[in-house]
Amino acid sequence: MIRFDNVSKRYPGGYEALSNVSFDMQSGAMAFLTGHSGAGKSTLLKLVALIERVTRGQLFLDGQNVTRISSRRIPYIRRKIGFIFQDHHLLFDRTVFDNVALPLIIAGYRHQEVGRRVRAALDKVGLLNKERLYPITLSGGEQQRVGIARAVVNKPLLLLADEPTGNLDPELSREVMALFAMFNDVGVSVLVASHDLQLISELDYPVLSLSQGRLVQPGADAA
Amino acid sequence: MKYPGNPRRHSRHHWRANLRRLLSPRTFLQRHAQVALDSLGRLYRNGIASLMTAAVIGIALAMPTGMFLLLDNLHRLSGSWEGQASLSVFLKAEIDSDTARQLADNLAAWPEIGAVQLVTPQQALQEFSEHSGFADVLGLLEDNPLPVVLIVTPATDQTDPALAGALQGRLTALPETDLAQLDLQWVQRLAAILDIARRGIMVISALLALAVLLVIGNTIRLEIQNRREEILVTKLIGATNAFVRRPFLYTGTWYGVFGALLAWILVETGFRLLSGPVGTLVGLYQSEFTLETLPLALFGLLTLTGVVLGLLGSWLAVGRHLHAIEPS
Repeated sequence: MIRFDNVSKRYPGGYEALSNVSFDMQSGAMAFLTGHSGAGKSTLLKLVALIERVTRGQLFLDGQNVTRISSRRIPYIRRKIGFIFQDHHLLFDRTVFDNVALPLIIAGYRHQEVGRRVRAALDKVGLLNKERLYPITLSGGEQQRVGIARAVVNKPLLLLADEPTGNLDPELSREVMALFAMFNDVGVSVLVASHDLQLISELDYPVLSLSQGRLVQPGADAA
Repeated sequence: MKYPGNPRRHSRHHWRANLRRLLSPRTFLQRHAQVALDSLGRLYRNGIASLMTAAVIGIALAMPTGMFLLLDNLHRLSGSWEGQASLSVFLKAEIDSDTARQLADNLAAWPEIGAVQLVTPQQALQEFSEHSGFADVLGLLEDNPLPVVLIVTPATDQTDPALAGALQGRLTALPETDLAQLDLQWVQRLAAILDIARRGIMVISALLALAVLLVIGNTIRLEIQNRREEILVTKLIGATNAFVRRPFLYTGTWYGVFGALLAWILVETGFRLLSGPVGTLVGLYQSEFTLETLPLALFGLLTLTGVVLGLLGSWLAVGRHLHAIEPS
């Protein structure tokens, strides 16, 4: 699903955020990405999301080499990916329903189909009764779950989560992780960046650990 | 270090289904209708601010429209005279009515002449006293000082000013002629003045069109800034540039439509206000002339202009500012 082939990322100014990172995450796998802040977690996610471009090496997504993909085609790659952010990036001027519907609208789904899929996604995160509310009226945990519903609503091949539990208490964090595991069970690849080592150790998934832009103990927990 | 997974999903199929869905014309129309309505709703919610922008556009569109319409009316007025272009041939004083009648018959046979009308001194005097208000004074005259006049109307294919001029030359050369006068001269002068006015209005129109572009462009720029967060999020979840651009283009188009509508109301109101005094004025000239307001075709053109300017203005703004907003 995600394959890094000796990938390096150097920012303008010379700072090298990632150095020779290689790993291969298969379709349907779930993994954690850890490391101290500044270790390169965000950069790695941005490379996968095609927000930043690889400086050296090759990057494959879903079997496709996206290292030098044209910006015109980036949106179509991004539609295969569901993003979950620490601060969830919900649009506060529209309802929960409209927020979750956004990826479907972008992808051009029919009206009837949008309603059906949005309700299915909200049902999965347990927010079906809140579809008419505005995000501002929801708790932090609920907002994050709306973000998750939005990320999975168009059935992406890959879920990318950047510190999804950063603002949540341990109880809610566990619920969010359980949701990810549930999506993984139905075949979605999931990559979660988190520094919540306590929580990660409770779950039995491979861990990619970054330190100063390099992959350490690559997949040691994988087997 | 390969993480095993279950490739349960077939992505190629996924992609094709997406493409098929995108190309379906019904979905396409549905999406556009949705965005158009959404933009309209946004304008409505912005209330006064939207109205003010539309008003600026409306006034800018109303000015050249009104001026063109006035010009068109003037042109129509002068055109109605131009149609009956004629030459007045004043015969020498010693020519009496009978000789003149013979001459008139001769002239009527010329191929470039359509008709000849004879005005005897008696008729001329009577007409003059009726219209000039000098009837009392004229009654004191012992002799009729007026010559015989032949009103020569060129043949219908000879109304061109140059040809009429040539005819004037030939008529002047006749031994019986004292003076052959082309009645068209002042009409031609008026036409020349109208031509200058038209050029002037075109320049003003171009400048006002530019102003409309700038107003719409600036409004859309602000709108883009206000919706920055939304643009970022939609781009991040796979929106194409076309998708992000669309609502702004529709907003610009709506501004154009409402501006045109307002311009129409302004012009219509203005002409209603003018039609009273104009009616009085043309009444004094015993003319059938009535002030024409905006015909439907011109209203269509006005709306089209509004739409094109709105679309173009927003396109320029979107092109300049949207690329600067990329997720980071």
